[in-house]
Amino acid sequence: MKTLMTATALLLATSALASAEGVLNLYNWGNYTSPELLAKFEAETGIKVTVTDYDSNDTALAKVEAGGSGFDLVVPSANYVPIFVEKGLIQELDLTRLANHGNIAPEWVDVPWDKGRKFTIPWQWGSTGIAVNTSVYKGDPNTSAVFLQVPDELKGKINVVPEMNDIVNLAIMFVGGEPCTEDTEVLKKARDALLAAKPDWLSMDYGATEKMSNNDWAASVNWNGSSMRIRLANPDVVFGFPREGYPLFMDSVALLKDAQNVDEAYKFLDFIMIPENAAMISSFARYANGIAGSEPFMPEDMKTAPEVVVPEEFRAAGRFLPTCSPKATEYVTAIWTELQK
Amino acid sequence: MAERAFSATRLPGFATIAVVVFLVLYLPIFTLVIFSFNDANSVAIWGGFSLRWYQIAWANDDVKEAAVRSLIIATSAALIATTVATMAALGTTRRAAFKGQTLIYVIINQPLMVPEIVTAVALLIFFGFIKVTTGYQGLGYLIAAHSAFCVPFAYLPIRARLEGMDLSLETAAADLYATPWQTFRKVTLPILLPGIIAGAMLAFVISLDDVVITEFVKSGGQDTLPTYMLGQIRRAVTPDVNAISTALLVLTVLLLTAFFLLTRRRD
Amino acid sequence: MPSNEDRQRAASTRTGWALSAPALLLLGFAASGPLLIVLVYSFLTPGDYGNVVWKFSLDGWRGILFTRDIFDGTLQLADAHLSIFWRSVKLSLLTTAITFAVGFPTAWFIATRSPKSRALWLFLITIPFWTNLLIRTVAINEVIRNEGIINTLLIRIGLIGEPLRIIYTDTAVLIGMAYVYLPLMVLPLFAAIDRFDMKLLEAGYDLYASRWQVLRRVILPIVKPGIVAGSILVFVPSLGAYVTPRVLGGGKNMMIGNFIELQFGAGRNWPLGAALSMTLLIIVTVALLFYVRAANRGSPHG
Repeated sequence: MKTLMTATALLLATSALASAEGVLNLYNWGNYTSPELLAKFEAETGIKVTVTDYDSNDTALAKVEAGGSGFDLVVPSANYVPIFVEKGLIQELDLTRLANHGNIAPEWVDVPWDKGRKFTIPWQWGSTGIAVNTSVYKGDPNTSAVFLQVPDELKGKINVVPEMNDIVNLAIMFVGGEPCTEDTEVLKKARDALLAAKPDWLSMDYGATEKMSNNDWAASVNWNGSSMRIRLANPDVVFGFPREGYPLFMDSVALLKDAQNVDEAYKFLDFIMIPENAAMISSFARYANGIAGSEPFMPEDMKTAPEVVVPEEFRAAGRFLPTCSPKATEYVTAIWTELQK
Repeated sequence: MAERAFSATRLPGFATIAVVVFLVLYLPIFTLVIFSFNDANSVAIWGGFSLRWYQIAWANDDVKEAAVRSLIIATSAALIATTVATMAALGTTRRAAFKGQTLIYVIINQPLMVPEIVTAVALLIFFGFIKVTTGYQGLGYLIAAHSAFCVPFAYLPIRARLEGMDLSLETAAADLYATPWQTFRKVTLPILLPGIIAGAMLAFVISLDDVVITEFVKSGGQDTLPTYMLGQIRRAVTPDVNAISTALLVLTVLLLTAFFLLTRRRD
Repeated sequence: MPSNEDRQRAASTRTGWALSAPALLLLGFAASGPLLIVLVYSFLTPGDYGNVVWKFSLDGWRGILFTRDIFDGTLQLADAHLSIFWRSVKLSLLTTAITFAVGFPTAWFIATRSPKSRALWLFLITIPFWTNLLIRTVAINEVIRNEGIINTLLIRIGLIGEPLRIIYTDTAVLIGMAYVYLPLMVLPLFAAIDRFDMKLLEAGYDLYASRWQVLRRVILPIVKPGIVAGSILVFVPSLGAYVTPRVLGGGKNMMIGNFIELQFGAGRNWPLGAALSMTLLIIVTVALLFYVRAANRGSPHG
């Protein structure tokens, strides 16, 4: 008992030292940070990065807002960045301390959620589309009709990821509306489309990488990076970009207002804007980054991957979800509750 | 032996059900163990025997640290929860009903009655406040939170054991001028032990499984095995988690067996 | 002047409180106490992007039963909320019944082994639960899925031609929940059966004819505290369960736990989430008190 108490005391003491020199606390999505990247960073700077995982923007927001958890950097999605800014949770970056800031690809500098990249540095971006096993369904995968007007071959074999904003907005765009719309006529149509399609769905679950590789599902609303992994395991699987409109996402790194290791954080932010390092991030999680000149360092199989390099004809249909107004969120939540009741 | 013909404790079909239950319980565990030796990149498709996920898990400091952290928290929480639950069970049973007894009962069982997410949000706000004021961000918060929600799991089996336990032995001990402490040590505790062990095991298992509260209470660098896995779910759960789970399972079985043999020898 | 009995009674009450104090302090600090925050939040106004605004409002509580129709603005009964509540209660009751049906024979089996092997059996029943819940659930999925062990085996030996569709059905959820919560039933039952004096059985057989009658009239009344404890430990957590329904049931329908989580997460309606939690807490507390009282009535220990 006594030894246990000593051990506990020791442990409590050591974990309280987390803000000592040469450390950095990164709060990021799980399975999203390349260990090689961190090893390289530590080798070059002597700074040890501790990664703590989260699984949703809302969890990350709530935790950061509650404060005191000792994180320095957080990686929110595009539509959450304005919320972090408005609530005063992240600080404006001192661009003079970021020598590599010019490496951000021009199209990713003046983004709607952070004009001029004053608060956030690109981490990775991708799209939500539909992965289809062509040995089961030979039709056109590039439409939301695959899950909203399920073709006979896919009835009872298709999965829909339980991501409220992605799914409801895919339906809204399918019926001709704008993401986060407050137009009740459009919302009604989107709701009806979802309710009518639901009986044909097999499940609403995560894990497409696994379950499409082993044929549990013949199709799934899915993210492009995950679809690429599936294709490598099961060449029959293609990724469709719904032409009616599909959500894009970009997760960007931001410096928290109560960060304790600010110098280390700046070093890290500058480090990930070096093309070679940005490519390391991409090759781990299989999503594109926003750094110009990273292409030559990307793994061969990603340079030409149709999931990552969006075909020209589908580019325009990709939309970043805006930060929905409270009213729009209320609508979306009501539709979602109706759908899952 | 005459007992073989008619055993009073034998109830028809019970043994069969029990054996089937044990088989069913171990089926998924065997799957898990087998797939931890899978060569494929998948937790579901068999691709030949290999130890590579063990090598990968061993090389992955995050998953190793998370596993150790889970064990530390679960052990501390089980010890604390079982201790306070045993005391509370002794305090609330086998005495004349007193004012507030029901209240104590309700408070002790309260963690059972609200979904984890609610306790999680409440603790996030409350502990967040303490973290900011005191600056302490250590593992203490997780241990306190886990100990608290483990209390009812430890309390109920102990109480079930205590209820209606024969008082005559303790009275006899007291008559022989044993101090209350001696009576407790030598008489009550041994009779109570199966309940305490059951309670401690439940508490340990419950702590080991917790995701939501841990996710909201943890500070930087305090991922446990479940929160580490939760973070992976959206992308892909990698088989090294199977490997680390199997390794942990083997470790616990070895420890338990050692414990079991040691206590048996002492008997 | 107080009588001797009164004084003893007061002393006993004091000891009762003193012994319970550490548990109460711990819970007050890290469970029940912080819940008061949730109670307060249920009376506030939702913030624009999560959290709350410090302005009194009853909308959270009203939102439990009534929703303003998003399309025509009329206030109507929230049938979606009610069906979510009902589904959770139904699944939890079934889970409790199943775990009792298989858990009681198992606990009895363990308790009637020789004292030496009893501990071994007890360990055997808990070992599968020393692995993480998520991993266990995924492993169950592996066993019952279309190309899983059971189906492959049954097709190999020619019992069935087509795989049995178990995965993503309510059956799968019930199998999973019963699996996950089994030890919570078996351990308290074991603790209760274990102190059962088997000599009573002999007497029972002298009085009653059949094993069924002995089970009903002698065994069940005495192990009642264990049944009560086990049922509570299984029923209440399964009400809030969501990992298992999600992985094995395919997540097409919400349980209370998911619904409340939605309000604190992407739904951004913390007061509604708080009010829903408080409602659940009240319902469960009342049900529990009735249950415990009913179970104690007629039991020999008051």
